[in-house]
Amino acid sequence: MTTEALTTAEAAEPIVPGAPPPQPLWLDFWRGIADDNPVMIQMLGLCPAMAISNQLANGLGMGAATIFVLVCSSLLISLLRSVIPTEVRLATYILIIATFVTISDLVMQAYFPLLSKTLGPFVPLIVVNCIILGRAEAFAGKVKPMRAMADAFGMGIGFTLALCTISAFRELVGSGMLLGYSIFGPNYEPWVFMIMPPGGFLTMGLMFLVMGWWSERKKAKLAGVAA
Amino acid sequence: MIANLSWIFFSTLLINNFTLAMFLGLCSFFGVTTKMDTGWRLGAANTFVLVMTAVAVWVLNTFVLAQAPYLRTIAFIVVIASLVQIVEMAIKKFLPVLFRELGIYLPLITTNCAILYLALTQTTRGYGLVEGIVYALGGGLGLTLALTLMASIRERLDVADVPAMAKKMGLVLIIASCMSMAFMGFAGMGSG
Amino acid sequence: MSGHQHGAPAAPTPDAGSSTARLLFTLAFFGSLAGAVLAYTYQKTLTPIRKFAGEKVEIAVKEVLGSPARLDTLFLVGDTLSRSVPAGVDKLEAVKVFIGINDKGERTGVAVEEAAPGFANEVRLMVGFDPATRALTGFKVLAQSETPGLGDKIQKDSSFVARFVGKLVTPLKGDKNQTTDPSTVQTITGATITSKAVIKVINKAVDTWKPRLDAYAKEGGQ
Repeated sequence: MTTEALTTAEAAEPIVPGAPPPQPLWLDFWRGIADDNPVMIQMLGLCPAMAISNQLANGLGMGAATIFVLVCSSLLISLLRSVIPTEVRLATYILIIATFVTISDLVMQAYFPLLSKTLGPFVPLIVVNCIILGRAEAFAGKVKPMRAMADAFGMGIGFTLALCTISAFRELVGSGMLLGYSIFGPNYEPWVFMIMPPGGFLTMGLMFLVMGWWSERKKAKLAGVAA
Repeated sequence: MIANLSWIFFSTLLINNFTLAMFLGLCSFFGVTTKMDTGWRLGAANTFVLVMTAVAVWVLNTFVLAQAPYLRTIAFIVVIASLVQIVEMAIKKFLPVLFRELGIYLPLITTNCAILYLALTQTTRGYGLVEGIVYALGGGLGLTLALTLMASIRERLDVADVPAMAKKMGLVLIIASCMSMAFMGFAGMGSG
Repeated sequence: MSGHQHGAPAAPTPDAGSSTARLLFTLAFFGSLAGAVLAYTYQKTLTPIRKFAGEKVEIAVKEVLGSPARLDTLFLVGDTLSRSVPAGVDKLEAVKVFIGINDKGERTGVAVEEAAPGFANEVRLMVGFDPATRALTGFKVLAQSETPGLGDKIQKDSSFVARFVGKLVTPLKGDKNQTTDPSTVQTITGATITSKAVIKVINKAVDTWKPRLDAYAKEGGQ
């Protein structure tokens, strides 16, 4: 989308207070994956990121369910943004989100029963995942459907990527397998600790330490250049 | 009956601690645990709402939702949100002193996944009214315990010399991991 | 002014925001729409969900009873067994006992679901036994969250399960060492509590269900 097209699109839209500034569609999409990653940067949705991340399959399933809910609710909320009265918008958002969550929960139970059993209550708990209500309130309720969708896909994929990184690491180290297939062979003594709850906190902690180290290094380099 | 209730209580309080073993309510666990006072107050508010939710969920399950199990998630979240509002208004009116201490934490509770988790598990495990309340008390007190412990550690951390790369969240998560490991030591105390 | 962002023409004055009727209507409309959509999805997914739940139980029952020729099901009503499902209870959720019958029409064993606290959380088993001799025909773990690598051997280690077959529940005991005693089972090294939980579940299953089955047989059912 060119800048010119953007300005005309924005001109047609009544100015909404607090609306995100206009920017190219791919930036809306990319932001959720990198600069504003919901788990790694915004530290939202930490509960599912640690609770179900002891197997890569769980991470993929949870990510898919979250993308579905995020994209559908963002699209619907964006389409209905001029219909929903401001006073009851949060209640309506929660209703819409809870509906899509229940749909994905039922479909999972019906067609992926084993996955649904391991994820357990964490599928319905997507309702209270702050990422979804946060995106509805901060973004989808204020922009056109295309932008809302791009943002939802970006955030959803960003969430899934973070989840998959954590769960792949935990499954690999904690059981020597990936998606149930043995990687390190039978002689590997699994570090069982990693697939248990403390391992979740530890993996997440290590990731934040690495990121902290990275940003400190960047800062030091910049300081060096300035000096 | 008593043995069953005490198993529910202690296994929820210590072995399957909502925060340290089930990863519930982490936003508030990491977000507001910088002071001891706020830690246990938020825990107390959560316990209160958990117990109220247990009662409300029992009523819903017994009288309303038996015919329409697919409306559970929606019904629970709506009830929890309104419950938090009502509790907030009631405390504001009748216990203004408590409100001044708890006030700002109350709205945070709606999005605490521990509450919805309790509602859902209470349903799938088929708990009755008394079992539900004991479950909620165990969960709530466990949450309070974790919040208070974390807050007291972080108070000490304020005066410690922490490497820059661990300042934001890294160290806090490693501490949480150690706490979670310590709580794993409680496993096995329920049977024997 | 700030209350209304999207400029709906229906609002009477900008200060008052939307009327209460409109707010209520919006919520009621979305609420009933959500209800309708979910009712439809529920109906569509109900058959596969129930099919899976039923199959799962059937597989467990067949495994612990050694693939009997056919299965009979009795339901618990109050404290007695009955052929019919208790009123107002879902067939899948009702408390029941499965009776394995071989091709000669003889009862080979019964299977029941039972649970007890384990190391970390509840251990739920399908227990198969012969009520006449109190001998175990097998068990299968339906749900557990014990320590991976140690306690979860009760589910993943088939040699542990094999140790139980044929043992007499009079009652069943656990021992650290290998044993030939007809009612003692060797526990898993490093998972004594989990092993004992399994033994506890089995004892509980036989103790609760044998009297019920005996009473049912006395009254001439089977």
